[in-house]
Amino acid sequence: MDVFLSPFLENAFLVRALEAGILVSIASAIVGTLIVLRGLAFIGDALAHGVLPGIAVALLLHIPSIVGAAAGALVMIGGIGLITRRSRLSSDTAIGLLFVGMLALGVVIVSRSTTFTGDLVRVLFGEVLGISPAALGVQLSATLLIGAAAAICHRPFLLLCFNPEQAQVAGFSVRRYHTIMLLMIAVTVIVSFQTVGTLLVFGMLLAPAGTAALFARRLGTMMVWAALFGAVSVYAGLLVSYHCNTAAGSTIVLVATAIFFVTLGLRTLRPDPATRPELAP
Amino acid sequence: MMATTPLPTARIGAADAAPCLRADQLAVGYAQQPIVHGLTLDLGAGQALALVGMNGAGKSTLLKAIAGLLPGLAGSLEVLGTVPGGAPTRVAYLSQFQSSGLILPLRAVDVVRMGRFPAHGLFGRLTRADDDLVREAMQRMGVADLAEASLRALSGGQQKRVYLAQVLARRADLLVLDEPTAGLDAAGKERYAAALRQELARGAAVVVATHDIREAATCDLVLLLARRVVALGPPKAVITPAALLETFGIILVSQDAGGLAVVESEHGHGSENPA
Repeated sequence: MDVFLSPFLENAFLVRALEAGILVSIASAIVGTLIVLRGLAFIGDALAHGVLPGIAVALLLHIPSIVGAAAGALVMIGGIGLITRRSRLSSDTAIGLLFVGMLALGVVIVSRSTTFTGDLVRVLFGEVLGISPAALGVQLSATLLIGAAAAICHRPFLLLCFNPEQAQVAGFSVRRYHTIMLLMIAVTVIVSFQTVGTLLVFGMLLAPAGTAALFARRLGTMMVWAALFGAVSVYAGLLVSYHCNTAAGSTIVLVATAIFFVTLGLRTLRPDPATRPELAP
Repeated sequence: MMATTPLPTARIGAADAAPCLRADQLAVGYAQQPIVHGLTLDLGAGQALALVGMNGAGKSTLLKAIAGLLPGLAGSLEVLGTVPGGAPTRVAYLSQFQSSGLILPLRAVDVVRMGRFPAHGLFGRLTRADDDLVREAMQRMGVADLAEASLRALSGGQQKRVYLAQVLARRADLLVLDEPTAGLDAAGKERYAAALRQELARGAAVVVATHDIREAATCDLVLLLARRVVALGPPKAVITPAALLETFGIILVSQDAGGLAVVESEHGHGSENPA
């Protein structure tokens, strides 16, 4: 029992890491479910990585990195919007290049000074063990904001996942609610990079929601299961990282992806009868 | 195949009331390339219009324009007295492809309930009356007993029935349907035909794209398309061997049923999908 509890009882920073991680898990569960069902994985990935130059510039100018991340995300959303409107056929390629270009730009900016190397590692892989109470407050506000947005936009989001044309004909502007979805991804990425880092935040967005998608039969249950998988990953990841002295953020994401692949393996071995086609005549 | 009972041809107030659909020298298409042009027609309440043509003939394009998904290129198009897309609570649209419908974690009843969203916007509560409409729509399509079933567990035909139930639950004044009978079995087609008669009888107008000449023959108006308007008018005047030959390239007259069956020619139009 001590192995599972005492690290958290004895170390306040671990408790804060756990709290922040669970808040990230809840926000990621909501947004990740939308990403999985709407097929936005690629755009989400681009957003998660594209914020890097914004953070790098913020570090150079000594302004809060969260402001830089927000600016970077807005540039990415604008760029993605422009690309998807202009060129229908090659948007995958263009978004991919935008994301690689932004990532490279970020590293180039950071590499201008050697003192930033530590910062770069912190930005890419997070600093879950060094979270300030203020950062925890920001995380809580962001999670509440995302929860509220998802509740308000529940109907258009459902229609958008079901069929965008149907949503448009039903009077819910596809462009408006698609943009709101992108902003929700951006907010999750921006506030979560402190915990798990920009390279790994995408794992927290995708892995728990992807796991839940393997068996959930309703949208609400999918989000709840995703939040639970995320929270378990955070707890187990922190515990393993504490005992084995591994990088905390990466360990958390490793646990989350391991849960996904184990679940995928179990589903493949023993498929749910309810998800088999041709159930009834 | 189709139910043999013809659809009612009574025109409820079509003569005096403003038409549900009015096109005047309309051109629709993509990237300034008209696929259909010079289309002029009126469709009144309680009337059905069938769009007949091969894949790529412009059926879906015209339906998208009517649904407000695609701006017209020239001429004018009026839907329920306003611009296309201007009356979202009164128009129901069934698209040809249900993207990602297979992976959505939803029960069948959740899908049909979506049909009541437009009437209530973001926050309006769904009432018992909505539940009744949802249940009734599922009964009409014969999927009431599948209400609690996961959408993923249903066969393609059952899913199509659920999507049609969603359209019925809308209680729309204009139904825009893109190949609604594709993927339906004989029983499903009959339920669809009966439901369509009820929709027309309560005064809704219907625009339906179809490959089924016999279904088209039960409509008030038939529009034959082949990247242009081949013919427009009552089925008796329009569905002629010559016009069908012009529309499809090939026709086969099936002797036993006495009707016309259609085989599409391989050349000509760019295909929208491998149907």
